[in-house]
Amino acid sequence: MAALRPSSRILGSSAIRTAMRPGAVFTRSMASVSETIPQEKSSNMKTFQIYRWNPDSPTEKPRMQSYTIDLNKTGPMVLDALVRIKNELDPSLTFRRSCREGICGSCAMNINGQNTLACLCRIPAESSSDVKLYPLPHTYVVKDLVPDLTHFYKQYKSIKPYLQRDDPAPDGKEYRQSKEDRKKLDGLYECILCACCSTSCPSYWWNSEEYLGPAILLQSYRWLADSRDQRKPERRANLENSMSLYRCHTILNCTRACPKGLNPGKAIAEIKKSMSLSA
Amino acid sequence: MRLSGLQKEVVALYRHCLRESRKKPSNTRAHFENFARSEFKRNEAVDRRDFAAIEFLLRKGRRQLEVYSSPGIRDVR
Repeated sequence: MAALRPSSRILGSSAIRTAMRPGAVFTRSMASVSETIPQEKSSNMKTFQIYRWNPDSPTEKPRMQSYTIDLNKTGPMVLDALVRIKNELDPSLTFRRSCREGICGSCAMNINGQNTLACLCRIPAESSSDVKLYPLPHTYVVKDLVPDLTHFYKQYKSIKPYLQRDDPAPDGKEYRQSKEDRKKLDGLYECILCACCSTSCPSYWWNSEEYLGPAILLQSYRWLADSRDQRKPERRANLENSMSLYRCHTILNCTRACPKGLNPGKAIAEIKKSMSLSA
Repeated sequence: MRLSGLQKEVVALYRHCLRESRKKPSNTRAHFENFARSEFKRNEAVDRRDFAAIEFLLRKGRRQLEVYSSPGIRDVR
């Protein structure tokens, strides 16, 4: 719009000048002005190509379906567009969503080749190319954009993600922690387990059965770094094999993908460090 | 007839279903067997070379079997 305005002003002034001496030029400048005005108010259409697959007809192959919507009538985020498509164009479109503000991790999906949360990803307005939406890569698909995360949650359960202590709190109420110890958990506790990082990791793609993946290892480190936990040797022993932890080859796709800006790659490196120092 | 690996998996799943039905109460056991049979019959027409569909149905079947084999479930209609 800003680029159009000065040129339309020039055209306007030339229209005034040509008005002094009427001729063919006058009509042409009128035409170009009327061309620019509707462009400013015109609809801003965008096409979304969305992965569709329905489990009720398993013999049908997955396909890409295109939906075109007007961005001027839609919110700024990809999730807004999805909700609008579901409401107005195709109620059969299926995706997970809940909080719409990056707290729940439900709407994790692959947007233009990058794993992110649809609610935190702006619709790329500058480029005119289509937006491509896929479910998280290398996951079994439940339907359309919904991935099956059962195995991911099973792995999360396997690291015992809770405080393990043998003796009761000294004051009988709560386990206290110094401010320095609490600081060690910053950058770890914020993880919402959206699985964006794990499903972007090539190592996890090929070994998801046994390799825990960046998200789970970040959580594992969250409990290894916790000053109140008393089962650290046991936790480390569970990771002491070639598959669970050491399939990480510091590819760092996880850190690139994390929509919360966390660094799972660093957490894994810290686990490796503490394993080698404690052994 | 020699069965392919995938076909063996399908047969194994069906046998597993029947074996699990045996653990159900004797008066409802037939319901479980019929249910398993009808579920397999329903997708009988799937092309044997359509691996993606068969693998999906196997995964779905195993998940269903896991749910139905819980001792809390006594009858199926």
